[in-house]
Amino acid sequence: MKHTLVATMADGPAVLNRVVSLFRQRGFAIDSLTIGKTHEQHVMRLTMVVDGSKTAVEQVIKQLYKVIEVRKVSDLTEDQTVERELALVKVTSKSTTLRTEILQMVDVYRGRVVDISTNSLTVEVTGPTDKIDSMISMLRPYGIKEMVRTGLVAMARGVMAGQEKGREALRLREVS
Amino acid sequence: MRLNGSQILSKALHEEGVEVIFGIPGGTIMPLYDEMHKHPMRHLLVRHEQAAAHMADGYARVKRDVGVCMGTSGPGATNLVTGILNAHMDSSPIVAITVNVPSAMIGTDAFQEADISGITIPVTKQNYFVRHTRDLARIVKEAFYIARHGRPGPVHIDIPKDVLLNEADFVYPTAVDLPGFQPTFEGSLVQIRKAARLIERARRPVIIAGQGVLISQASAELLAFAEKTDIPVVNTLLGLSSFPQSHRLYNGWPGMHGYVYSSYSVDQADLVIGIGNRFDDRFCGKFSAFAPKAKIVHIDIDPAEIGKNVRVDVPIVGDVKRVLNKLTPEIGECESHDEWFEQIAEWKREFPLKQYPDDTPHLFTPQVINAITKATDGKAYIVADVGQHQMFAAQYYPFEEPGQFQTSGGLGTMGYSLPAAIGVQVARPDKEVWAIAGDGCFQMNLQELAVLIQDRVPVKIAVVNNGYLGMVRQWQQLFWEGNYQHVDLATGTPDFVKLAEAYAIPGWRVTKPSELNAAIAAARAHPGPALVEFCVYREENVFPMVPSGAALSEVIPDTPYVPAAIATPIPAAAPAAPAAPAPVHA
Ligand SMILES: Cc1ncc(C[n+]2csc(CCOP(=O)(O)OP(=O)(O)O)c2C)c(N)n1
Repeated sequence: MKHTLVATMADGPAVLNRVVSLFRQRGFAIDSLTIGKTHEQHVMRLTMVVDGSKTAVEQVIKQLYKVIEVRKVSDLTEDQTVERELALVKVTSKSTTLRTEILQMVDVYRGRVVDISTNSLTVEVTGPTDKIDSMISMLRPYGIKEMVRTGLVAMARGVMAGQEKGREALRLREVS
Repeated sequence: MRLNGSQILSKALHEEGVEVIFGIPGGTIMPLYDEMHKHPMRHLLVRHEQAAAHMADGYARVKRDVGVCMGTSGPGATNLVTGILNAHMDSSPIVAITVNVPSAMIGTDAFQEADISGITIPVTKQNYFVRHTRDLARIVKEAFYIARHGRPGPVHIDIPKDVLLNEADFVYPTAVDLPGFQPTFEGSLVQIRKAARLIERARRPVIIAGQGVLISQASAELLAFAEKTDIPVVNTLLGLSSFPQSHRLYNGWPGMHGYVYSSYSVDQADLVIGIGNRFDDRFCGKFSAFAPKAKIVHIDIDPAEIGKNVRVDVPIVGDVKRVLNKLTPEIGECESHDEWFEQIAEWKREFPLKQYPDDTPHLFTPQVINAITKATDGKAYIVADVGQHQMFAAQYYPFEEPGQFQTSGGLGTMGYSLPAAIGVQVARPDKEVWAIAGDGCFQMNLQELAVLIQDRVPVKIAVVNNGYLGMVRQWQQLFWEGNYQHVDLATGTPDFVKLAEAYAIPGWRVTKPSELNAAIAAARAHPGPALVEFCVYREENVFPMVPSGAALSEVIPDTPYVPAAIATPIPAAAPAAPAAPAPVHA
């Protein structure tokens, strides 16, 4: 099952390296990983999508806590979240008919054309991963020349990430 | 106060109470050496940086405080890596300091440049690359704090040379600001109570005491807990010496080469209480078949250890000493364990450790360990290397005092014992320290014999010479159809006694049991370091054995003592495992 994890961490030259090294070392499979600044100075936020069992994902979280700079890790999978990904897709469009077709389809997904050349269109789309997946599969038959996706960023709705789930709750899974 | 980086670093080390440093200088680290000699710190000049890290590690384990090692840039730094990883695997608090090429040359493949902080990321608890002299004091403070607190571990600091030469204001910080590093020391009371109820109801409980007991200095608390609950205690390899082996509740150590009755007791337990251990594969055997009938309570300061390898029913995150102090009073009346003790006693009678007569035609390692035990009255600090001799040392020496046994458990680093024993001896000059090494292991760091003489460290060395990479040979014999590939050391091995003498260390050679006592006595009588080479039976095997990937219940017990039988290779198929012990409660 896919889990969306969010980690806040102090910035520093080696932090990302350390996190990535940890994943490589432990053989955790990562679907996507994004990192960027937050509203707090020197605090970075990492969103990652990992595929694995509940226990495997718990290990990921516990291992992340071993990185000294990591302050908080939350699993947003079961929370109400806002999730976004950005994709840029360059599609072949040699004729005007095709171009119109593509434009109509892109419109359904609320995508935007950000560049046009004689035989291609570049489309920008943001949204949850499945929406982007779906648009890409619709565009694929026309011929995708180039594509880039940012990976997912996510935020819990209302309350802040992990606010109701303290560190302790994550650490002490009561099995019994 | 304006100081340069070398002065800041020296002062900071002084503030941290560092008395001893293990290292070797070089081009980039020279400013630090130049400054350090002005401070009353002892520096031991190693002959290989790997040994510096092992010495710091051995020192840290018995001093129960940070050990410091250092090296120059490039090769000096990379040579430290094995020792740092060894410390990481065994939770040993060391601080490793390296000095890199000047900042302006970083990234240019300069002479003796290595991206050592990139290299140490996966082998340290934390590492630092110091960009500015003004950060140095804070970083040293943090490094020692992180190495010591929570689950201990190695921290590496890499400093470009110019950062040592530049000046900054020096004020040593009194506190650290590490919001992401908040180890949990107190166990949750809810969980502790759950554990207490399980303990009261258990009929066949076992305590596993790991190295966490030693790290947390909780041997007295462990003893009180075991006595109050009347539960047998098994050790992990690294936990050996955390519980007095003469105690009636001591129940040996299970696992790959542990005792049969200990393995059976864990296998048949209805409750396993892991204390400061990490359920590693050499201990557990096949994870999916580990203690199949037991509920598992696991106490550890590192939450990531809980549930990592085996399922855990009651996790308690916290410092072992504090948790035990809370847990013991919570426990009321326990079930009787009499039947359980009877069962264990029966296994113990049925599967005793092999004992050897005094007049065997060959010398056997257990005889060596027994003779050292007798001579030292079981009071020596033993540092074992890696291989058959390590397992024999762990099996036969009766440890009583916390810290008496040190070995490379997690990484299994050959060459560990001599340098680590030097660290142990430096930390405990009042103790008799024995390094026990195989001929293979000894040759991996024998250059450190020089340190014994130069720095007057009176470690006694037992080289157990079987002319083989014995443990590998044993596996080839048992699991690779006796196809001995590249394990024969007989040709090319130096005369160890002459070798010791070349370093001005007296040496003795023992080839039969009757010579044991005299040689050991002579080595002990010599006031400085001494070496005894024990030429043991070449094809000796270590049993009991849980083959890798097998369950504890599949432990192969000792073969009886018959030299001729041992000499014939055991057929390709490993001897049939004995039937699993009968269930205690039908
Ligand atoms: C650095 C390193 N290299 C290789 C090994 C694999 N290994 C484990 S035990 C062993 C043999 C040790 O031989 P020796 O020191 O003679 O001890 P014995 O087993 O004969 O007692 C080897 C090669 C290791 N543990 N460490």
